[in-house]
Order: sequence, then C-alpha cells, then structure tokens
Amino acid sequence: VDRDSLTYEDPTARPARGGRRAALRDRRVEILLGAAAALVLVLIVAMLVTVLIRGWPSFSHNGLAWFAPGGDVDEQIKAMQTLQPLPGHSIYYFRAWPLLWGTILTTGFAVLFAVIISVLAAVFLTEFAPARVKRVVDPSVRLLAGVPSVIYGLIGILAIAPFVNKNLISQGRKNSVSHVVQLNGANLATGTLILTVMILPILVAITADALESVPRSWQEGSLALGVNRWRTIWRVSLRTARPAIVAATILATARALGEAVMLAMVTGGRAFAANPLDGLTFFFEPVRPLAATILQNAEGLSNQVVMHTMYAIGAVLLVSAGMLSLIGWTVRRRLGQYGIRT
Amino acid sequence: MATAELAPPTSVERRPKEGRDGWPLADRIAYWACWATGVGLALLTLAIVVFMLIKGLSYLHPSLLFESPSAEVKQSSTGGFLDPIEGTLIVTGIGIAIAGPLGIAIAVWLVEYKRPAWLARAVELAVEIVGGAPSIVLAIFGLGIFAQGFLGFLSQRASNGSVYGRSFFAAGIVMAVLALPLIVGATRESLQALPARLREGSYALGKTRATTIWHVVLPSIRPGMSTGVVLGIGRIIGDTAIIKILLGGLTNEPVGGVPVLGLLRGTGSTLTTYIYEFSPAGEGNSPQKAYFAAFVLLLMVLALNGIVTWITLRQQPGGELPRKRWTDVWRLQWIR
Repeated sequence: VDRDSLTYEDPTARPARGGRRAALRDRRVEILLGAAAALVLVLIVAMLVTVLIRGWPSFSHNGLAWFAPGGDVDEQIKAMQTLQPLPGHSIYYFRAWPLLWGTILTTGFAVLFAVIISVLAAVFLTEFAPARVKRVVDPSVRLLAGVPSVIYGLIGILAIAPFVNKNLISQGRKNSVSHVVQLNGANLATGTLILTVMILPILVAITADALESVPRSWQEGSLALGVNRWRTIWRVSLRTARPAIVAATILATARALGEAVMLAMVTGGRAFAANPLDGLTFFFEPVRPLAATILQNAEGLSNQVVMHTMYAIGAVLLVSAGMLSLIGWTVRRRLGQYGIRT
Repeated sequence: MATAELAPPTSVERRPKEGRDGWPLADRIAYWACWATGVGLALLTLAIVVFMLIKGLSYLHPSLLFESPSAEVKQSSTGGFLDPIEGTLIVTGIGIAIAGPLGIAIAVWLVEYKRPAWLARAVELAVEIVGGAPSIVLAIFGLGIFAQGFLGFLSQRASNGSVYGRSFFAAGIVMAVLALPLIVGATRESLQALPARLREGSYALGKTRATTIWHVVLPSIRPGMSTGVVLGIGRIIGDTAIIKILLGGLTNEPVGGVPVLGLLRGTGSTLTTYIYEFSPAGEGNSPQKAYFAAFVLLLMVLALNGIVTWITLRQQPGGELPRKRWTDVWRLQWIR
C-alpha cells in the first residue's frame, strides 16, 4: 500500500481528547523535534564556514595557482613548519597538484575497478548464486564493509607492501627512477588495491538491491523471446538498474575521496606526483592523497600557517564530497519515484 | 502415501534446467566471471579474518589488556593497551549518548511531522551531506570549534590562555556527528515501514500525535533504533582520523584533580590510534602489538555485526512488522 496516498484527518487540526492543553503540548513536541532536525542544518553551515574561513589565507595567498603544479609539496609544508619561507616565495606558498593528482589516481582507479567487480558480484548474488552459496557470500561482503580502515591499513603496510616490494618491483625498476623517487612496497598500486576492497561493499549492496527490484516480468518477457539468461541480465536488468549503479558510484567516490588513514599508511607517505610516462613503473610510485596529507600533518596543526593550509585542503575535500552527496541524493530521489529502493 | 499424492507434481515447481551449452562464448565467460567474483569476495573476507586471527593469536598476551602503554624504544617495555580500550569505551559512550536521542528525534520529525516541507527536504539533504563528509574534515572542523576560547572548559588551557581543543569531550561530540546519519537512517527506515493502521488506531482513540509517537510508534520501532545505535557504535570504534586529531595521545592524561571530569577533559587514545601509532606508519614501531590490538578491534566489529543481524532478524513482537531478510539488514547497514 502506498502510504503517502492514504489520507486521514490531521489529528492536530482539532483539539484532541484532553482539550487545548494536550494540543498545546503536541505543538511543543513538534517544535522541539523540528529544532533537533534544524540543528543538522546549523551543523552543515558551521562546518562550511569554519573550514572555509580557516582555509582562506592559504587560498588568498596562492590564488588559483593553489591547484596548480609547482615544486615539492613536502618541502613547502616543511618550510611552513620551520617558518623559513622557500627562497623567492611567501610562507604560504603551496601548490597542491601532487596531492590532487594522488587523490584523482587512487579514487579513480579504485572506483573503476570496484564498479566492474561489484556489478559482477551483484549479478552473482541476485541471479546466479544458489541459496546456500548466497548465505555465505552475503554476510562476507557485509563484514568487509565493517572492517575499520586502520586494520586495512595495517594489513597493507605489514603484509601486502612488503610482498609487493619483494616480488613485484625489480631492482632495475627501482634504479630507473632512483634519481627522482625511492620505490618501495607502499605505493599507488597497493593503495588502490586496498581502497578497491574498501569501497566494494557499498557498491555491491546498492547494485544488488536495485537488481532485485527490477520487475520479474520484464526479465521473463525477455527470456520468453528466447534471449539467454546473461543477455537478459545485461540488456534488461542492468540497464534498468543503471541509475542505481550511478548513484552507488557517486557515493563510493565520496567515500574513497575521504579515506585518510588507510591511504596514509600504504601509499608511501610522500607527496609525489606519479608520472604516467614512466610506463608500468608509474603504478609503483608513491602518491599521497589530500585526506592523508591532513592526517600526516596532525601534529603540525598548532602552527598557524600549516593549520591554514590544512583547512584549505579540508575545504576542497568537504566541497567535493558535499557536491557528490548532493548529486547522489538527487539521483536517488529520482529512483525512489520509480519504486526502486536505494 | 495419501499426502504424497496431494503434493503438486515436482516438475512444475522446479524451473526448467538452463543449459549454458548454447550460450555464446562471451556470455559463458561473463557467467563464470560472476561466479569467480562472488566466491572470490567470500574468500577474501575469510582470508582477512583468518589472517588477523592467526596474527592476533600468535601475539596473544592477556596481560596486554590490563597494562597502560608507554613510549619506550624497546618493544618489551612499551606496555599494553588498557588505556586505548578505556578510551574506545569513553568516546563511544559520549558519541552514542548524544547521537542516539538526537538521531531518533530527527528521524521521527522527518517521518511523522515533516512540516514545513522545504525544511524537511533541507534536513534530509543535510543528513546526507553529513553522512558523506570525510571524517578527517569532521576532525579538523571539531578542532576549529573546540579550540574556541569559550569552550575551554571542555579541554585544557595553556598557560598563555589559548585553548588546546583536544579532549575526550571534543572527540566524543564529533563522533556523535559521525554516527548521527546512521542512526537517522535506520530509525527512518523502520518508521517508514510501520503500518499506517498503528497510528490510525491511536488517532481514532483521540490521542494526540505526540502521545501516539511516544506510546505507539517508538515502542514498535525498537529494533530499528537499536540497529541504528549499534551501527553508530561500529562506525565510532572504527574511526581513526577523528581520534588522531582530537584526542592525539598515547596514555589517558587527566586534566586537573576532578576524577571523572578531569579524565574527560584530558587527552588519550583509542584502539584505532593505538594500532596506527604502533604500526610502521606511526611513531612507536611494534607490529606485534598493533596486530594484537587490531585483533581485539576486529573481534569487537564481528560482535557488533552479530548483534545487528540478531536484532534485525529476530521475530518482531506481535508480528506487527514484516520479518526482515538478509538483504534488508545490509541495506540498512551500508548505504546510509
């Protein structure tokens, strides 16, 4: 039953039993609850204002060049910490491109892989898996989402990174870029791999849910025409679920963007702009995304200049995550109208 | 024999067997790729859990649970993690004490009142944005707020009057923000699933909306509220960034002489920052202890997972709500 279409007389419109006093109390409760809800709006505004105000000095000193490439970010932050400006620059001199590039690379690759894997996994869960297999796979995926990021980071830095260092990066590869950067197991590839696993569950959950709400009869129509199972899933189910997959991708992107702890632990901790021209070596070069940079400078926040710079990075993260949430929310509202639950 | 004859012919119940022999090669590859990813994910989870269990158990030292950590060079003298466990409990307590009632209030307003409509939409969106905000941004936002002079009573003041802004209070309150969207989401979901006749029955007896909510609606969504709270706890105990920035210590260091208040105003650590600091990424490098702490943390997460499942799958009292399925459980869990 569509509950929204059911109408009944608004009980607060006329005095209920107990007379005016009860009605008054009812009104008070409504205002109280409404105030609690409005608190979230205040919170959002406060967040934006705080982060933007505190980050403003960094933006205003650098202008749009803040987002541009230019020198070594680690040296720039060090200069701020020691209060000794780099020669020829102001103390606020900051060029965030290597960090942005690191964020784009880790998020982009992880989302790309995770979307492909999650579509396959969701199809498996909703269409192919026998009930008994599903009872095992389902909670496993759920558990993956529950593992705290610091545990992923720990496994990455203690198990995966040493493995990558020992078996996948040859000495020749290390020597080929040794004049620019030191290679070890903590790098773009390791970070992307773990990030993919971390954002998978949310993608699988939403996609599987959308696939499940595709009307059975649509599939049956296709099957009755002699189209095989997989083609039916591909042409009918997945196409119907496409907006949900888009929404899930957006949410997962926001999550990957904000991941700080795991990436701070396993991407090498060096603000290096990995160079795609290096061929395969590119994937073994260290990066450092925006969020991880804030975390690694947690101790330096008492320094005014470092603080302003970190809040500027925070502002970029907050605005981009907010935009993604907004888009995701709009897509999901649209979906809700078709009765697809997301 | 008689019952066997009454049963419908089995051939109708069973779907016709699908031969994949006639499928094009690409389709067959896709089919097996689905199987491979599904089974692969389950194996991956198993591998992670087993790996952590083995690592955790091999460094198992019950005494570690009852010793305070200390910053020493030698690994044997760095102590255990009594303080981090305490810290996790304190932060979770503060966070849930705030986020629980607030989240439920917001959800009730969003479903039962939602007037004016523009405010309801704005709040809905705001909850979404808070849920999507990176926890590192929440952390520095919290630092910006709690370092304000007038909030000095929640942390400590330096001799020059500047406010430190880092304390259990600060971390706990920001954690409440982190857990809020989950609690709102789960409560809202179960409110929307509540049959309209429950409320109508109460209205028909002439009860006001507030009375109906308190005596009819809230008692029937208890499982939903508990799910939200447990999910919130899971999110709080797993977060590192907020603790690292807003609590940033190793041992719990109370401020001033007042017993409980002093502890809450002071700095400390939780299991997550303990793992971070004791991993090669942090300052004190002793992986064994990090593994064991991670093992304890993972056990907590597993337990919470179990609780959520148990709450949601339990038969509802009075049968007012439809019984939930597995998929309902995890939609609640990870999408909000």
